[in-house]
Amino acid sequence: MPGTVMTMSKAINQGLADAMAADDRVLMMGEDVGPLGGVFRVTEGLHARFGGDRVLDTPLGEAGIVGAAIGLAMRGYRPICEIQFDGFVYPAFDQITSQLAKLTNRHEGSARFPVVVRIPFGGHIGAVEHHQESPEAYFAHTAGLRVVSPSTPNDAYWMMRQSIESDDPIVFFEPKGRYWPKGDVDLGAPAADLHASRVVRTGTDATVVAYGPMVSVALAAAEVAATEGTSIEVVDLRSLSPIDYAPVVASAEKTGHVVVASEAPGFVSVMSEVAATVSERAFYSLEAPVLRVASFDAPFPPAKLESIYLPDADRILDAVDRSLAY
Amino acid sequence: MATLHDSEEQPTGARNTVRFLDTEGRFAPTPAAEEFAPRLEGLEDSLLEEFYRDMVVTRRFDIEAGHLQRQGQLGLWVPSHGQEAAQVGSGRAAREQDTIFPSYREHAVARIRGVDLLDVLRLLRGLTHGGWNPAEVGNFRLYTLVIGSQTLHATGYAMGVALDNAPSGDVTKDEAVLVYFGDGATSQGDTNEALVWAASYQTPQVFFLQNNHWAISVPVSRQSRVPLVQRASGFGIPATQVDGNDVLASYAVSAHHLDEARSGRGPRFIEALTYRIGAHTTSDDPTRYRASEELALWESRDPIARYRKYLVGKGASEQFFAGVEEEAADHAADIRKRLLESVTPPTDLMFDHVYSERHPLPPLQKAQLAEFEASFGEAN
Ligand SMILES: Cc1ncc(C[n+]2csc(CCOP(=O)(O)OP(=O)(O)O)c2C)c(N)n1
Ligand SMILES: [Mg+2]
Repeated sequence: MPGTVMTMSKAINQGLADAMAADDRVLMMGEDVGPLGGVFRVTEGLHARFGGDRVLDTPLGEAGIVGAAIGLAMRGYRPICEIQFDGFVYPAFDQITSQLAKLTNRHEGSARFPVVVRIPFGGHIGAVEHHQESPEAYFAHTAGLRVVSPSTPNDAYWMMRQSIESDDPIVFFEPKGRYWPKGDVDLGAPAADLHASRVVRTGTDATVVAYGPMVSVALAAAEVAATEGTSIEVVDLRSLSPIDYAPVVASAEKTGHVVVASEAPGFVSVMSEVAATVSERAFYSLEAPVLRVASFDAPFPPAKLESIYLPDADRILDAVDRSLAY
Repeated sequence: MATLHDSEEQPTGARNTVRFLDTEGRFAPTPAAEEFAPRLEGLEDSLLEEFYRDMVVTRRFDIEAGHLQRQGQLGLWVPSHGQEAAQVGSGRAAREQDTIFPSYREHAVARIRGVDLLDVLRLLRGLTHGGWNPAEVGNFRLYTLVIGSQTLHATGYAMGVALDNAPSGDVTKDEAVLVYFGDGATSQGDTNEALVWAASYQTPQVFFLQNNHWAISVPVSRQSRVPLVQRASGFGIPATQVDGNDVLASYAVSAHHLDEARSGRGPRFIEALTYRIGAHTTSDDPTRYRASEELALWESRDPIARYRKYLVGKGASEQFFAGVEEEAADHAADIRKRLLESVTPPTDLMFDHVYSERHPLPPLQKAQLAEFEASFGEAN
């Protein structure tokens, strides 16, 4: 089927609309998701199309959004919660980690909790404090949750559809800095399993592992490296819990040099986990330690400093050079 | 240096309390009770006797569970002693189609809804985090240990009830949701958000607050400067305070409010004034923080003794009371016996329900554990 060109924002919007049309138990709930269409317009048009009983503008409280979604799931609904910005998920942290994540286990198989928590995350929008964070490690660390993050409009559409269809709770991280670039979306069939990681550029000299907003940065780095004669393979994790290691390990075995890159600060991050696992599974193929590229372990800085805080192609290339020099 | 306010007085006491039975078990409705009196009209004697049986059987079970904990058979016990009337009245007022969200002390309600109380003990013995399937056992949801969390689940569930069906007007069919929480829980954000949500969406639910006057060692005066029942009006939720040690008051007010809620008239709030006669849990020592006079006062208001006097006045026979005692003793003995027979679950329990759908980590780690354990066998 020929692709339709759209932004990631529109692709998620389309995914939500198609899922809501397919199953009237799917609900959208959050702050300003109704007539406004969300502060990023990801829910635009849904309220007009499906009405206020399917697209709920909730009172302003994140614990309430997720806690009520849990009760709705107990009733047989499939709620999608929008957390307005990454830094505002913490009031819901208890409901997500102590309840949503653990309820399946507490019920020992007698109930399912198909709740999707959508979180626009990461930088690149020059916003004030609390609006540009990358809290994914907290959730990936918690057993009982699945955590995913698309990097392209096509993945965004399909991963949203697949997340809504999953019977497990899913935290869906939307790279807000990638909401507006356009890409091909093939509405005919999903490109991959929800939890599959994927090689998005092949190369032979070094592997860069990334996800969400960092994938385009890694691809840009690979482009530059190619002009200098270095061939970089880029793997998009797509899913942070579970992590599909097979393509990552295969790439590591091929290149022997692995750099992992994320916008999240590096200390105790998802990429720390990837680095450890690659070391365990590809030890004899590695010619250098797995190197990490990440934001600094400091709070997200004021907007005028964000371009220095966030890893860019140069920081990735520097790490690749260091790896190749081992 | 200044000090923070630390009130000795209880600003949280009785206000327009609904009570039918005085402490001597005489039928003496307070003015506030009159509105609810029709709910008691025509109640069958068998139901009135059932209230008594519920309270006595639960009290006896509670005592047995305390013994079992002392004997090392339970990791912890959470007594309900003293709160039986609040629980039985409201639990019996709920209709079959209603869904109930407990906190962790509502053993009487659990039993009324058909939970095998052994399953509650399995939780406290460390055999399960759940214990029953709520869809199959009286729509009685699982105990929730994080204070206040369940109030939001109840509200979301009630939103779902409202979305599913408009009230038909038939109270024997329309659904309501009943959620229990404590005085300590009223300070939690979740509880307050649940009240906001419930009012905003006009959910068919009743918030049932058991004010047992203590949150572990902290008195209710630390949680509130006003009677907790007054909080509800700030949320726009009609509320009633009941004498929680009067099973008839708890029943009548709960039945009324549940029917209001199920009929589409929005959420309701009940504050039941009661008292935690025992320790918070078996890990607690209440002599460190509360006065024996206070305990004695509330012991004199014992809900079972009061109701027994009422039933005696109504002509209940000695034989009836003896029969209930025997049933309670048998129930406790049966649970003790079955608890001692219970077996530790297989380690698979840790891995098998982390997710509903396949996720690679739990099966991988389950296999690794099995391999690790098998390696000891090989060494021998
Ligand atoms: C969020 C949270 N904080 C602290 C605790 C520890 N804790 C368990 S019970 C309790 C007191 C609860 O008091 P209340 O709500 O009045 O209920 P009661 O135990 O009196 O029935 C506390 C502090 C907890 N379980 N959850
Ligand atoms: Mg209390």
